Amino acid sequence: MNKIFEVPMYPYERHADQDASTPVRHKVIVVGAGPIGLGAAIDLAQQGIEVVVLDDNDKVSFGSRAICFAKRPLEILDRLGCGQPMVDKGVQWNVGKVFFDDREVYNFDLLPEDGHKRPAFINLQQYYFEEYMVNRVFELQAQGAPIEIRGRNKVSAVGTHPDHVTIEVDTPEGSYNLEADWIIACDGAGSPMRSMLGKDFVGRVFEDNFLIADVIMEADFPTERWFWFDPPFNKGQSALLHKQPDGVWRIDLQLGWDIDKEREKRPENVIPRLKAMLGDDVEFELEWVSIYTFQCRRMEQFRHGRVLFAGDAAHQVSPFGARGANSGLQDTDNLCWKLKLVMEGKAPESLLDSYDVERIHGADENILNSSRSTDFITPKSEISRTLRDAVLDLSEHYEFARPLVNSGRLSVPCTYDGSPLNSADALNGPARSRPGSACPDAPLGDGFLLPKLADKFTLLTIDADAPDVLEESGITVERLALSVTDDKTLALKERYLGDAPSGVYLIRPDQHVAARRPNFDENQFRAAIRRATGQE
Amino acid sequence: MSDQLTLTPNIDGADDFYAELLAVHEGLSKEDSDALNARLILVLANQIGNRAILTQALAAAALKPEV
Ligand SMILES: Cc1cc2nc3c(=O)[nH]c(=O)nc-3n(C[C@H](O)[C@H](O)[C@H](O)COP(=O)(O)OP(=O)(O)OC[C@H]3O[C@@H](n4cnc5c(N)ncnc54)[C@H](O)[C@@H]3O)c2cc1C
Repeated sequence: MNKIFEVPMYPYERHADQDASTPVRHKVIVVGAGPIGLGAAIDLAQQGIEVVVLDDNDKVSFGSRAICFAKRPLEILDRLGCGQPMVDKGVQWNVGKVFFDDREVYNFDLLPEDGHKRPAFINLQQYYFEEYMVNRVFELQAQGAPIEIRGRNKVSAVGTHPDHVTIEVDTPEGSYNLEADWIIACDGAGSPMRSMLGKDFVGRVFEDNFLIADVIMEADFPTERWFWFDPPFNKGQSALLHKQPDGVWRIDLQLGWDIDKEREKRPENVIPRLKAMLGDDVEFELEWVSIYTFQCRRMEQFRHGRVLFAGDAAHQVSPFGARGANSGLQDTDNLCWKLKLVMEGKAPESLLDSYDVERIHGADENILNSSRSTDFITPKSEISRTLRDAVLDLSEHYEFARPLVNSGRLSVPCTYDGSPLNSADALNGPARSRPGSACPDAPLGDGFLLPKLADKFTLLTIDADAPDVLEESGITVERLALSVTDDKTLALKERYLGDAPSGVYLIRPDQHVAARRPNFDENQFRAAIRRATGQE
Repeated sequence: MSDQLTLTPNIDGADDFYAELLAVHEGLSKEDSDALNARLILVLANQIGNRAILTQALAAAALKPEV
């Protein structure tokens, strides 16, 4: 049987643009149909903006690659209309076990907070993730949305101009040229777009190799995340076992720096390693084997005139903490509404500079977190290993040491503290919903809060008065009127009011808080709308 | 609670404490002693808890005058 990642999903077809006498101009061209490029294209097309996606391949991700998807990206995918199939297919887990040497030192239950539509995260192969996004593209096309995806269209040259970008595209039938008002470069870690614009970057290379094997096995391991420090079957190194749908298990073994990659990847070398870990009598089949090294780095700026970088093209992190795809989706979530307002002439081009400010803040947070996890998992000096081992030994006996154990920190959304789009916090409310934060979800009877906040500016009032619609400088803001009694669990009150008796929130199309006050004050909110759209 | 690291004498029976500290290392290899020291640091750091004081303690141990 063919695996989904072996089947061309959007095979090359000749397009009329290839026969045009002068290059055809498009509104937006997205380079790369990985999770981030697809996310950007769906977001724009859903809002009526014409977009063409070009990819040098015609299939979904080869092999699983990313497998952990956190709550915030799932909420973003809900807004993009493809969250449900992911959650339906994905595996949910709450229990993690930590092993050191030959013993289990402790286990934990994530105990996710109640009152959210989406779980803390799911495990799902990246090829399914991309398949569901491509399906969403087809669904939008069927509804007449202005979105196209062209397989085996490789961007091979780029030229920038003040008001447009030109590119050359290689296909199996030769090259052609295109123009675009805007380009979103989502062409991955090796980003040719980045190199072609001379914006390549350096970063911290971690001198280590990891063997990833996805195996299919009928094992009765529970649905838990198991992490080993220095196990007998991989002395001096680390190991991870994690469940994916369809009886596929992710096994991740640290190998060290000085190895022969091609040799290590061969089944005759991989299989004995896995047997040492799983036991001799466990039957398994290899689905995908890969060896990776990684870097932590980012571009100095994500915006270069009319070319906007997002996802791995803009920043890379270690896989510990599952922040690659998770943070990339937050990039395009942040970017697309801004680009739309700029394209419609409703906001100045400088609004796009806030994409740089906000997402560089996010990238730095992710790089910091994933570097720290990496330093704990793979100590770089004798003393750092001594301290690491001390933490692990103590964690077996005493609870206090467990928060210090770092085998990857859960990816949580970045709060854009200090963003130029925020207005000063005027509500004595909970810190988690301060200006800059991604709105926490809350239950509302049969439904949830977040689906009511998508794609537009919203004035959320909780036990406060305000006009139903507010128009300011071309931006229309609609009110969502709620009361603490709409949520019997009181999560809405706890997450948005705290001790305050009432609250009014200005919420951006990406569900981040722009301003909040105890009551509606027209002048203040008009100023907040201008500020949140780069007009002040 | 004060946010100031104590750098004046604060241990009753200083000689007894010091002897106990040496005793716990008795007979240990260099490696095991290093491991014990590391665990001790973590236990004590947790007892202190206060982040500002921990930062001052790190600077004091590095013999770096206060910033
Ligand atoms: C082993 C491993 C485990 C991981 N685990 C996780 C995890 O659990 N959670 C998580 O969030 N992330 C994880 N990641 C990271 C995640 O896979 C990436 O962050 C994610 O794929 C980035 O998406 P992207 O769309 O930016 O880039 P990519 O997925 O790399 O997509 C780039 C696309 O651009 C195309 N392209 C390249 N050059 C051109 C060109 N010149 N013209 C046209 N198209 C081009 C490519 O064909 C490709 O389709 C993991 C990565 C690895 C390797």
